Amino acid sequence: MCRIGAIKSLNYIHPSMALQLMQSQQKGHDNSGFAMVMQNLGGIFEPYKHLPTLSMACTDEGIKIAEDILHEAGFTRVMQWAPEVNDEPGLDINAMPNYVFETFKYPRVFKNSSQKEKEELLLDTRLKLRAALEPNEEGFAYSFWPDVITLKEIGDPRDIGTYFNLWESNDRFTAKVITAQCRQNTNYDIVRYAAHPFHLQGYTALANGENTFYLKNKEFQQGLHRGYIGFESDSQCFLYTLHYVHRELGWPLHYYKHVSTPLPFEEIERRDDQKQLLGIRQSLAHLEINGPNTIIGMLPDNTLFSCCDAKKLRPVVIGRDENTVAISSEVCGINEILPDRDWETDIYPNEREVVVIDDELEVQRWKQ
Amino acid sequence: METMKLNDVTANDLPWKIKYDANRCTMCGSCVATCSFRAILPKVERRRLVFSEGNFPEPQARFSAVPVIRQAKSIRDYCRGCGMCEKVCPNDAIKAERNPDTRHPIITRCLGGDSIKRGGRKNLEGSIRTLDSIRIGRISQMTDPSLDAQRHTFDLLAPFGRILPPKKLPFMPDDNQELVTNALTPPVNWIYPVIIGDMSIGALSWRMWEGVAMAVAYLNEECGMPVRMCSGEGGVPMRLLKSKYLKYMILQIASGHFGWNRIANAMPHMVEDPAGILIKIGQGAKPGDGGLLQAGKVAEHIQAIRGVPKADLLSPPNHQGLYSIEESVQKMFLSFNSAFKFRVPVAIKVAASATSVSVFNNLVRDPYNIVGGFFLDGIDGGTGAAHEVSLDHTGHPIVSKLRDCYLAAVTQGRQGQIPLWAAGGLGKTGDLAADAFKMMALGANGVFTGKLILQMAGCVGNDLGRCNACNTGLCPAGITTQEPQLAHRLDPEQVAQNIVNYYLAMDQEFKKLLAPIGNSSLPVGRSDALVSTDHAVAERLQIQHVC
Repeated sequence: MCRIGAIKSLNYIHPSMALQLMQSQQKGHDNSGFAMVMQNLGGIFEPYKHLPTLSMACTDEGIKIAEDILHEAGFTRVMQWAPEVNDEPGLDINAMPNYVFETFKYPRVFKNSSQKEKEELLLDTRLKLRAALEPNEEGFAYSFWPDVITLKEIGDPRDIGTYFNLWESNDRFTAKVITAQCRQNTNYDIVRYAAHPFHLQGYTALANGENTFYLKNKEFQQGLHRGYIGFESDSQCFLYTLHYVHRELGWPLHYYKHVSTPLPFEEIERRDDQKQLLGIRQSLAHLEINGPNTIIGMLPDNTLFSCCDAKKLRPVVIGRDENTVAISSEVCGINEILPDRDWETDIYPNEREVVVIDDELEVQRWKQ
Repeated sequence: METMKLNDVTANDLPWKIKYDANRCTMCGSCVATCSFRAILPKVERRRLVFSEGNFPEPQARFSAVPVIRQAKSIRDYCRGCGMCEKVCPNDAIKAERNPDTRHPIITRCLGGDSIKRGGRKNLEGSIRTLDSIRIGRISQMTDPSLDAQRHTFDLLAPFGRILPPKKLPFMPDDNQELVTNALTPPVNWIYPVIIGDMSIGALSWRMWEGVAMAVAYLNEECGMPVRMCSGEGGVPMRLLKSKYLKYMILQIASGHFGWNRIANAMPHMVEDPAGILIKIGQGAKPGDGGLLQAGKVAEHIQAIRGVPKADLLSPPNHQGLYSIEESVQKMFLSFNSAFKFRVPVAIKVAASATSVSVFNNLVRDPYNIVGGFFLDGIDGGTGAAHEVSLDHTGHPIVSKLRDCYLAAVTQGRQGQIPLWAAGGLGKTGDLAADAFKMMALGANGVFTGKLILQMAGCVGNDLGRCNACNTGLCPAGITTQEPQLAHRLDPEQVAQNIVNYYLAMDQEFKKLLAPIGNSSLPVGRSDALVSTDHAVAERLQIQHVC
C-alpha cells in the first residue's frame, strides 16, 4: 500500500521536508522507491519559471538522443543542473547514470504562439523523448514543463535521499509545493514510470489505493488524448481523469469529484443540478473510480487538493501551521514536520469532500 | 376391433409415448380433461380374461369392454411431453416418455406438405455453456477490500438512451463555477439492468401479460426497483396506454406494426411517456424469420388490439421501408423521436449475427446521436412460434458477439454511447444474476429476458423438446394461449408474485457478486474480473485463462 504526502508552503521548502514527511510512515510502504514532483520552484530555478524544464534520468546515450530531439525541435538550453550524487557503497538504489534537469527556451518559431500551442508543443516533445528513449531503456523523461521538476528512483527512500544529498536542506533546490511518495508500484512491474506522482501538462496526481476500474478507465482514456499513455500504474488513470475534466473539458475542479466518485442516483434525484450530474454519470461512466483510494492532485496554478473514494476506504489527514500545509496518509508524517501546529485543526476529509489549498494557503472544504 | 395398417401413424412414430397403467387408473378423467393437445383419449378396449373358479383348474375365458386411456395417433394432436397428465393423475397411472425412435420430423413433412412450426427454442446442446465456463475470479481482499452485500449501498442501474460523447455535453461553467446548460440532450432513462423482454399480447395470454405488467408495477411502486417491460409487437391495451403505468413500458414496433394504429391514436390521451421505444429488426431465436402468430391464437381481443381479422399474422422478415442502416436511423429519428417530442429514448433490437459489429459500428458512428440502445439477441432464447428449420439451424450465440460489439466501441473510444443490452438464453440454468453479471463484465450495460419470465410463470417447456408448443395456442400452462379455459389455468397474481420474488432474489444475488469484486456500481466492461477455465473461451473473449 502506498503512503502519499504533499507540502505546500508560503516559503520555498527543500525536499528534505518531504523525505521527513514520508520517513515516519515507512511501515506503511515497502521502501521500494522514492518519487516527487516539485512545483513553483525556488533556488536556482526561480529565474526560469516561465521556461520549460526537462526532468529526465538516462544513460549517456540517452542524453545524446534527447539533445538531438530537442535541438531539432528548436529548443535552446538556458540552464542545466545535475544533482551531485553521493555514490557511497551499500546504498539501496538502482541508479541511472545521469539525472538531467535542463531548462530551455522555446523554439524561435513559437515566439508568437499562444500559451496553448506552447503547451501542446511541450507535451509532444516529451512524448517524442519518451518514445525515443524507450527501446533500449536509454532514459525516462518524466516531465517537461515550466516550473516543474520530477525525480523518481527505485530503491530505499532513505538511501535515495542520501544518494541525491536530499537530507540536507539548502536554498538552491527548493519549491513551494512538493508532492512525494515512497514506493514503486508493485502491483505491476517495477518500472520507473510506474511510480507516482505522475505529471501531465501542469497536472500532478498521486494516490494511495487500488483502482478497481483500472481496465475500464484505461480502455476509455487511451482513446481520449494522445498524452494518456503508459498505464504502468492503475493510479495514472486518476491523473488522466483530472487532466481531462479540468483541462480538456474545461470544467471546474469540483466536477473531478463528481466524475471519479459520482453520487448515488438517489441523491442525484434530489439535487437541482441533476441534469448535469446524470450527464456526467452517463458520458463519463468509464472514468468512475470504484475502489479504495485517496488522491492528492496539483493543478497548473499550484492549487493542491485531496479527495477520497466514495466509501472512504483510505486514510488522509491535512494539518497546517501559519506558513505550511501538509497532506499525508498518516498523521505521524505531519507530526514530524509540523510538530508545533494546533493538531485540533487537522482535517480528516470524508468521502464526499474535496479539500483544496490555494496559493494563500487558504484551506477550503468542498462538499460534493 | 379397429384394423391397423402398418403404414398408419403409430405412437412409435411420435416424439413422445404415453405410458399408461390401467391397473392404477381410477378413471377419474383428469388427464384427458387436462391435455390441451387432445393427445390422449378415453377409449374402450376389448380384453380377454382367462379365469378359473373351481377347486381345480378349469380355465374359462371372458371378454369384457374396459375403459382405458390411449394416445392419439395423429400428427396434429400428438403428445408434446408437457407432463400435465402426470401432474394431475392422483394415482401415477400415466406419464409421457421421450421416444428416441421418433419419425416425427419425416412423417410430418410427408403428410403435411408444409414446414414444421413450433415454439420454444433451439439450443446449443452438447457443449458446456460459455457462461458456465466463466467465473468471477478477481476477488477483492487485503488492500482492496470486498464489500458487504448487506451493509453497503449499491447503484444497480443501467442507461437506456443515447449517451453523448463527453465533449458533446452542452455544459459550460458559469460565474459561480457551476456547470449550466439549457440545451436539449437525448433522453436517457436509468433503469434496472434486467428488462423483461418483448413478448406480445397475442403470443402471451392476456392473463399472463397482465401478470407480468402487474409484477412490473409492483417492483416499481412497492420495491423501488425501476424494472421496465417491453410490450412486444402486438399492441397495448388502451387502458394501460392511458394510465400512469405506461411509464414502465417500452413500446415495441416490429415489421408488422401490429397495434400501432391504437398506440398512435392514444398518444393525445397519454398521461405519461412510455419508458422507451424498441424497434425490432430481428430476433435471436429465429433470425431472418418474421413474427408468426397463427390464426388459432388470433382471438377476438387480439383482433381488437392489433386491428386485424382472424388470420395467420405474419410479420415480414424485414421492415419494408428500411433499406439501409442510415435510413433506419433517419426513420427512427423522424418518426419516434419526434412523435414523443424527443422525450423518449428509441432503441433497436437485432439478432446476433456474423454482421452485428458492422451494424453496431454504423449506428454508433451516427452523427445525430439518435440510437438509444443496441439490443442484441442471440440464439438460445425463445420464441412463440417459428419454422422449426429456423429454430434448429439458424442463429448466433450472444456472448462473443456482445463482446465483439463492446470491443468495437472500445477501439473507437465510444463505449457506453449506445448502451448494449444482451439476451439469448441468459438465465437458462435459472441463475440470471450470474449470467447478467458476466455479460455486463464483458461489456453489456444490461440484459433482457423473455423465456425465463415464462418459466417463472410455470412454463414447462425445456431445451430437449418438451412442450415447445407455444405456436399452437394450446399452452397447457395457460401462458401462450388465447383459449379462455386454458388461460384461466393461470393465476395472474401468482405470476406477478413469482416474478417479483425472482427479481428480489436476483437483486440480492447481484450484490453478492458485486461485493467480492469490491464494486458498488455495475461492472460494465470489467472483463478483468472474469476468468475462464476454457482456453478457447478465454482467448476469444480476451479474459484470463485459468486452470
